[in-house]
Amino acid sequence: MKRYDAIVIGAGHNGLTNAAYLAKAGLDVVVLEKNDYIGGASVSRELYEGWTYSNCSYVCSMMRQALHRDLDLGRHGLILVPYISTIVFGDGDDRLIAYHDEQAAYLELKRHSSHDADAMHRFQADLTRYAQLIRKTLLRTPPDPVSMRPRDIRELLYLAKQFWSLGEKEIYEYVRFFTLSAVDFLDDYFENDLVKAAMASPGIIGTAVGVCSPGSSYILLHHVMGDVDGTIGAWGLPRGGMGAISNAIASALQEYGGEIRTNAGVQRVLVKNRKAVGVVLENGDELQSRIVVSNLDARRTFTRIMEKEDLPDGIYEKAKNFKIRGSSGKVNLALSGMPKFTSLPDNHYVNKGAQAFTGSLATMERAFDCWKRGRWSDEPFVESIIPSAWDPTVAPPGCHWMSNFVQYCPPQLADGPWTPEKRDRFGQTVIDRIEKYSPGFRDLILHMEIRTPHELEEEIGLTEGNIFQGELTVDQLFFNRPFPGYGQYRMPVKNLYMCGSSTHPGGGVSSACGANAAREILMDLRRPNTVPEDDFYDE
Amino acid sequence: MTSDMTDPYAGERPKLSPFHPRLEALNIRDAWGVWNGYKFADRYYDAEYEYFCVRNTCGTYDICPMQKYDIRGRDAERMLNRMVTRDVTKLGLDRVMYTVWCTDEGRVIDDGTIFRLADDRFQLNCGSPCVAWFEKSAYGFDDVTVTDVSDDIAALSLQGPTSCTVLKNMGLDGIDTLKPFHIARFPFHGETLTVTRTGFTGDLGYELWIDRSLALDLWDEVYAAGENYGIQPYGEAATNMARLEAGFIMPAMDFNEALKTVHFEHDHSPFELGLDWLVDFKKPHFSGRVALLKEKQRGPRYTLTKLDIEGNKPAPAAIIYDSEACRKDVGYVTSAMWSPAVKANIAMAMIKTEFLKGELWAEIYYYKDQRPYRRMALSTIKSKPFWVHARARATPPPDF
Repeated sequence: MKRYDAIVIGAGHNGLTNAAYLAKAGLDVVVLEKNDYIGGASVSRELYEGWTYSNCSYVCSMMRQALHRDLDLGRHGLILVPYISTIVFGDGDDRLIAYHDEQAAYLELKRHSSHDADAMHRFQADLTRYAQLIRKTLLRTPPDPVSMRPRDIRELLYLAKQFWSLGEKEIYEYVRFFTLSAVDFLDDYFENDLVKAAMASPGIIGTAVGVCSPGSSYILLHHVMGDVDGTIGAWGLPRGGMGAISNAIASALQEYGGEIRTNAGVQRVLVKNRKAVGVVLENGDELQSRIVVSNLDARRTFTRIMEKEDLPDGIYEKAKNFKIRGSSGKVNLALSGMPKFTSLPDNHYVNKGAQAFTGSLATMERAFDCWKRGRWSDEPFVESIIPSAWDPTVAPPGCHWMSNFVQYCPPQLADGPWTPEKRDRFGQTVIDRIEKYSPGFRDLILHMEIRTPHELEEEIGLTEGNIFQGELTVDQLFFNRPFPGYGQYRMPVKNLYMCGSSTHPGGGVSSACGANAAREILMDLRRPNTVPEDDFYDE
Repeated sequence: MTSDMTDPYAGERPKLSPFHPRLEALNIRDAWGVWNGYKFADRYYDAEYEYFCVRNTCGTYDICPMQKYDIRGRDAERMLNRMVTRDVTKLGLDRVMYTVWCTDEGRVIDDGTIFRLADDRFQLNCGSPCVAWFEKSAYGFDDVTVTDVSDDIAALSLQGPTSCTVLKNMGLDGIDTLKPFHIARFPFHGETLTVTRTGFTGDLGYELWIDRSLALDLWDEVYAAGENYGIQPYGEAATNMARLEAGFIMPAMDFNEALKTVHFEHDHSPFELGLDWLVDFKKPHFSGRVALLKEKQRGPRYTLTKLDIEGNKPAPAAIIYDSEACRKDVGYVTSAMWSPAVKANIAMAMIKTEFLKGELWAEIYYYKDQRPYRRMALSTIKSKPFWVHARARATPPPDF
């Protein structure tokens, strides 16, 4: 019976990246995917003829350009187009346009508050400083803080040096920053509620926290520390939708000789003598391998495809308690035309950008209160973009598709399980929210795909539909991700690794988790490293 | 139009392109430069945005300021063949040829395209005015006239993956069968619209040529047809990005025009520019032939080289050394940028040929909060263009 060098479970973008780097090193690799399509949450699918949705993730800023370049993803068909401008809709008629041009953006802020327009400079400088430090860690394996191995000590010293370069005051500020809520953080800079709400909204995306919850300031940073072509904070749209990223990585993987099997859900990881030796598929087939890499989240890996008796003491409990609460929904819409928003000029640059149906800090906090009570708000935070305004390949000419990300949406409802009827009601709530700012919006809708945490879990296997494979709170970040003591991609069973967003540096389409895991695996297998270093230096 | 009497500065204001009324409305950033006396956009909204339109949808580039010469007469072909390095007798009817022309010393005066519009009629297009050299080159030929038609023809470059679809949408039947470097004509408001499948972006693209009186009609029809295909004007900055990725050379950046060169051998031969393929020694005598033959035998002193530079700090005007310790300087960067499509730090550099086999280190200066920093970056030679796409050569091209 054939024995692979490596089996990677889950053909999401991190699994594909991990496999690509293993295959590049000459390993015989197979990626196993339960669905009949690849991509995981970085996927494009045509559910309505002529329209290609990015069904889950919808924009990208964390993709490591060093990996993009090293895997030659451009040649494999990937081009990432940065989009510009965001319109933030307030509770009433108030609008805040984040213009692309710095001077125009300043004047727009000044329209709301002279104080805040000036304060934005200090805010951006501080945030950039914080982002630059974190960015240095993305393509590095976190050190184990209690290990005395030279490489861990070296890595800790590297981090200490980076920290030290901030200067004494900023070190205090930075440590404090990680514990703050988005609102507390922003209160130090801004006075205008809409400005604060606009800046706070990235702090709640994908996570079961409110704008007033401690830790939301880091999540805010997580959403602005990415870049497109070195512009920190910029976001890009892959031509052809998010699936174009997975497809390009898959193409690179196949060029290196790797194999991808779809309709191949894994039922169980085979463990013998406390070593992972292969997997059993849902159809009963058995595959053997030297190592097994799970791209599934930590909860799913240890409680669904592993037997409790195969795990050392405490791991099952850690996985069960891993914080991976579902809090987001998504509504994908096929539109017969471009929506028009009231009290906005027909500035096509701005109208092609993103729309944030934010309301106010209080509106967002109320939406979180609803989530806690197991229901969704009548006024959820909705972040939308119309990729077809940029991408000629995803909708027929003159028609559009609109991605609407919704925070919050509970994984379990107070009034019983999710049903198709409840799901549709949730979708209608989102459409009502947009309709309020765009009368007649509903009439443009030709088709819709509504995704609650229930669909996200059922379709792509994210526990509770948590988009980050585990919440991005300090207790679950860096060397604590997924669990303290297991921050270096090696799992408690020998020859078992993890490579998904449950590992450092966490959620987002970065490919960094997969690449970092590959580097560790190749080290263990005594193979030359194929994973490049991050290509930026000295930002 | 203000006269000299009402506007005392009229004499030194830039000329306005026939497309100017549309360009002005779309130049939201008011970012203008001047090219050959014409007011000319550096960018309209954002250089990177415009670059991505060229790579993702389509964009238009005002090439009215480009110099255009009508060269006609029984001896036109012979005159051109005597002047340029390629064999013009091999240029078929309704075909386009890219070429250079040199001094007797074999140094490049300029590059450009030649259209053969009839047996005895050509249009030559180039970046800088060159009529004095052309007239000098016509000495001794009885039947050839050179006419500067730059101000008579309005020209618009339409580049990008949706460009063919836009022209189809505009009603140009059969445009999808037009091959690269071919010319087609279409009736347009009682005149003729000439379309060439040419461009300066390395992508799928066309150039549209029309009598200047119809410039705005052409613009409006192209933009109406392009509305749902992401059409956007792009300026010099975006052009420079796209052309560098495609490995195309820019006058006054990658080479200095020979007739404007002050210092000895600060101009360049076609061999130094990597344009060997343009020099045809099998054809009869042409300007620079003797010098170029000699240079071919001895090899060029410098070679314009495509470099992939480590890191992500672009290396404009960097000096290239043979070692990290800067023991010997062996060349200099002529153009540099971060390539968004390739995700690489790319450059073209003029390198002393004898040092091409050794290590090449670029001395890069970059800034943090206005403070300059210096870094030596190892550079790798690339033999192919940094970016190529099959759609640029496909006939018929894909819809997007």
